Amino acid sequence: MALLSKKDANLILDPLADNNPITIQVLGICSALAITAELQASFVMAVSVIFVMGVGNVVISLLRNVIPSKIRIIAQLIVVATLVIVVDQVLKAFAYELSKTLSVFVGLIITNCIIMGRFEAFALGNGVWRSFLDGIGNALGYGVILIMVGFFRELLGSGTLFGYQVLGDPIAKTGLYAFGYENNGFMIIPPAALIVVGIIIWVQRSRNKALIEEA
Amino acid sequence: MAINTDKNGYTVLFAVIMVVIVGSVLAFLASGLSDRIKENERFEKQQNILYAMGINENTPDSGVNFIPTDVVEAKFTERIKEQYVLVDGNVEKDDQAFLIDVKKQMAAFKSGDEARLPIFVGEKDGEEVYVLPMYGKGLWDAIWGFMSVNKDMVIQGVYFDHKAETAGLGANIKLRFFMDDFSGETLLKGSSYAGVTVSKTNNDPLNDDKQDNEVDAIAGATITGNGVSAMIKETLKAYKPYLETIRNN
Repeated sequence: MALLSKKDANLILDPLADNNPITIQVLGICSALAITAELQASFVMAVSVIFVMGVGNVVISLLRNVIPSKIRIIAQLIVVATLVIVVDQVLKAFAYELSKTLSVFVGLIITNCIIMGRFEAFALGNGVWRSFLDGIGNALGYGVILIMVGFFRELLGSGTLFGYQVLGDPIAKTGLYAFGYENNGFMIIPPAALIVVGIIIWVQRSRNKALIEEA
Repeated sequence: MAINTDKNGYTVLFAVIMVVIVGSVLAFLASGLSDRIKENERFEKQQNILYAMGINENTPDSGVNFIPTDVVEAKFTERIKEQYVLVDGNVEKDDQAFLIDVKKQMAAFKSGDEARLPIFVGEKDGEEVYVLPMYGKGLWDAIWGFMSVNKDMVIQGVYFDHKAETAGLGANIKLRFFMDDFSGETLLKGSSYAGVTVSKTNNDPLNDDKQDNEVDAIAGATITGNGVSAMIKETLKAYKPYLETIRNN
């Protein structure tokens, strides 16, 4: 990490582990539940959020001295909403196929509380470069959890990864299914995501006791 | 910074400037890109219609592969012989029928107003096939699609799409394993237009029985599946006058 000073590098690395937006700050849970039934959807959502967070944090940081504090939340919302609409329109014009895959998630990005959370907690009080790193870091931390949850839910729920059958064909009974294995339909409904996220939180906190809050 | 950002006047000014800037950026972008977006949507419709006729680039194990966008327009004019609209039981010719907004027309039909329902007549293996657009609702939002039938009311192919069904569950109606099951199913039961029902209890997961008016449902997507069944029924109801004439020909 010679490119970044240690302090700057931590802005990216912290949210990946000990200050993860989902497992530690418990933000962005709604989209983590809604779209992680498939790995592809998780992946696409993660990439979109990385873009919106990176650019959004930069814009808010640039405006941080001129935004009136009374209407800062509305100003933040406008920035996110504008970015999302721009992305949506550009994709529709130049990458129509991709925009169809994304359609549901674009709206969800606006409601993602991590984005507003980072605008409010970081970009409003820090410089452009550090805000950019913070945005990318938190979006990556979000994306990592999304992809982990998506991986387990798709594998155990549908027996596929990115749509490819990795455990055999459940109808023709090949691969694992020949031995009586069955897909767990529970994994593709939203409560399963809560359980998977819970297990990740459990594993993380048992490895690093400092993360456990006092009761 | 010397500006006092807490003053009411400043707050209002800031809000106004921000809205004007954002509004003009978005308006500029929307009008600049609208031609491209419209073209993409037109190609998509043509791809979907052709797909429902079984004209696509699928291989046995592939996903859904449309005719590529750069040749779809030529392919569409080549394979679709006629485009009609069904108005009040009468059929009229309309070369731009595929541009009709099916959502509006189906809504008009349901409320008993005059509706212009598009019909596409294509040719497949020397036989005429009739492609009908469909529009209905799933769990969260709209679902739509096309189905092609021959003169014996046997489905030749379908295409489904959706706006916001749940990923991994209802969203799977646009995957091949679901759509392929419809091919070969008959829409008739005796002489009534029974349609094809998405069934959770048909005990026919391999879909060997093509006469049962049923296809196997997707687990976890009950409401989307019911929406598909209802959409097919509604389409048959709307197009019945036309279907009667092709059956009796």
